[in-house]
Amino acid sequence: MSKPGVLRLFPEEEYVLPGHAACPGCPIGIGLRYVLKALEGKAIVVIPACCTSIVAGPFPRSAFKVPVLHIAFAAAAATASGILEALEAKGITDVHVVVWAGDGGTVDIGIQALSGAAERGHNIIYICYDNEAYMNTGIQRSGATPYGAWTTTTVTGKREHKKDVPAIMVAHRIPYVATASVGFPVDLYNKVKKASMMKGLKYIHLHAPCPVGWRFPSEKTIEVARLAVETGMWVLYEVVYGKFKLTGPSARLLDKKQRKPIGEYLRLQERFRKLSEQDVKELQDFVDSQWEYITKMLER
Amino acid sequence: MTSRMDVKKLVLTSNYAAAYAAKLARAEIISAYPITPQTTVVEKLAEFIERGELKAKMIRVESEHSAMAACIGASATGARVFTATSSHGLLYMYEMLWWAAGARLPIVMGVVTRAIAPPWNIWTEHADILSPRDSGWLIFFAESAQEVLDMILQAYKVAENEQVLLPVMVGWDAFISSHTAEPVDVPSQEIVDEFLPPRKSAAFLLDVKDPVSHGNLVFPDFYMEFRYLMQRGMESARDIIRKVDEEFGKIFGRRYGGLIEKYRCDDAEYALITLGGSSGDAREAVDKLRENGVKIGLCRIRVIRPFPVQDVVECLSNKEGVIVVERDISMGLCGVLATEIASVLFMNGIQPKFASFIAGLGGREVSVEDFLKMLDFSLKEFQRGNKRVGPHWYGVKEEVIP
Repeated sequence: MSKPGVLRLFPEEEYVLPGHAACPGCPIGIGLRYVLKALEGKAIVVIPACCTSIVAGPFPRSAFKVPVLHIAFAAAAATASGILEALEAKGITDVHVVVWAGDGGTVDIGIQALSGAAERGHNIIYICYDNEAYMNTGIQRSGATPYGAWTTTTVTGKREHKKDVPAIMVAHRIPYVATASVGFPVDLYNKVKKASMMKGLKYIHLHAPCPVGWRFPSEKTIEVARLAVETGMWVLYEVVYGKFKLTGPSARLLDKKQRKPIGEYLRLQERFRKLSEQDVKELQDFVDSQWEYITKMLER
Repeated sequence: MTSRMDVKKLVLTSNYAAAYAAKLARAEIISAYPITPQTTVVEKLAEFIERGELKAKMIRVESEHSAMAACIGASATGARVFTATSSHGLLYMYEMLWWAAGARLPIVMGVVTRAIAPPWNIWTEHADILSPRDSGWLIFFAESAQEVLDMILQAYKVAENEQVLLPVMVGWDAFISSHTAEPVDVPSQEIVDEFLPPRKSAAFLLDVKDPVSHGNLVFPDFYMEFRYLMQRGMESARDIIRKVDEEFGKIFGRRYGGLIEKYRCDDAEYALITLGGSSGDAREAVDKLRENGVKIGLCRIRVIRPFPVQDVVECLSNKEGVIVVERDISMGLCGVLATEIASVLFMNGIQPKFASFIAGLGGREVSVEDFLKMLDFSLKEFQRGNKRVGPHWYGVKEEVIP
């Protein structure tokens, strides 16, 4: 969808610097680069324990040209609350407080702090980059790992479905909830921009395929990310004050016939290699039910 | 007309005294989660804010872990912050305590000491405040509401000193202090402002104009240096605590003696060692024994971290016997204070007779009578030639022990 010229509309200034410590093909550098461009570097970033704790680079250097506060696993959203209130106490209102957290730090150990900050209406942009397992510790399953996926703690495939945290955040009635994908940078950029212009807690759940953990070649990150959307495994939408809207390519995928079969997405990844036909059907049914939920929400 | 030297005499519980102290210190961010018996500290602060008497933001977080996380975020952005907790709350924020200290943030926290469940118990014990003693927090302990107020003001001054830059917790006993009202001199805002100016804008705050990164990964080639610097901050704090106490005394007319408070100690042959709210009863027990001709004094520990090594050595070096009575037990060893005092004495080649008592766990009263019994027992044992007495669990009801 993004024509060659479109990316040039992004600000040229880079905030993710060369020399960061990400693996080849890692979606973190890709995603965070667009996020910080959208915020024009006017952001204080809180990073709980996650791959980005490493990607940021070791002392005494930092790979990010914005102030960063690294913090313990469960604490990101609450820490952001503290920064925000201190900025307001100093009369600083033109700086965004951003949480950049992995799926483990968001959907599992960090969900209490996130829920608290959302309920308090704190003016924070919370971005969960979702690589669907604890990658930094070596690919253990998280609440965001999809059904059937191999991880080092689900060696025969996970038996439970992915936790729908964007829906949980919608239930908090915060001003803005969106899903995004590193495969669709313009969509991501626009969502971060939009979030940056709203007051309250804004939640963006960013799908971030991990070559190491999902077992696909490192040059295929974008291809995998796009297939996730095109097969309907991952749905791009935004919810502005409770009002649902599909965005990007997902907008034309409400009709099931328009979606590619999920097999096209699954087969690129070794983590799904052992899926039986029954497993694929189970996963397809889950994807379909997810779309039924979206349809209901669109009609609301 | 109010003058800067005006003092309001109010009848306050230690919890309210803490709230007054945070207000006088002009805390900018208060982040807390309710737990008995800390609640009235935060309720009072909420009232100050609502009435417009305190210009601060209160972050009503969903847990103590988040309370300390928010304090960390706010302090790293340059604000003066305050929080308070107790018992399970302190344990729930344990991870973040280490983070706050490692990040060198001058956070001040009130800790209303309370026993830890199970079984549920809301009364005083010092197990909670003693458990984070390796974390890098300075740990102060007050005896009275007045001392709570004064100590919190001093705590900010010590914590924010550039040679220290470590967080401070100030403890006081559940109910005995937290909910017991006594007359407190509340100084004027003007004079507190002179003693404690606004927090200086330190280097390395979170600021988009000068981006720095806090807490990046550090490999083994540098991590040890970070810990060394924390320990150096602790070591420097001893002198700074004394100087701040001295300066405080000059301005406010109250001095506490620094890291320990000595009572009838100088000519004493025996020293009783206590912590916190029972020290008043301990003092009375000392007076009674003195009337009977026993040369005994009291050494009340006011600062647990940095441990008052020099003060304890000086106080105890010429003593015939030392008796430690404490409201805590390090399971599998003995009382924490006894262990630490014994270790300091050993390291300095001092070997008085030594008695150790675990007393008053879970809020059981330790009265003047109880102190007298423990002291009497110890002195008799010493006279019989026993150099090491205890650790004894004072007052344990043997008849209910299976």
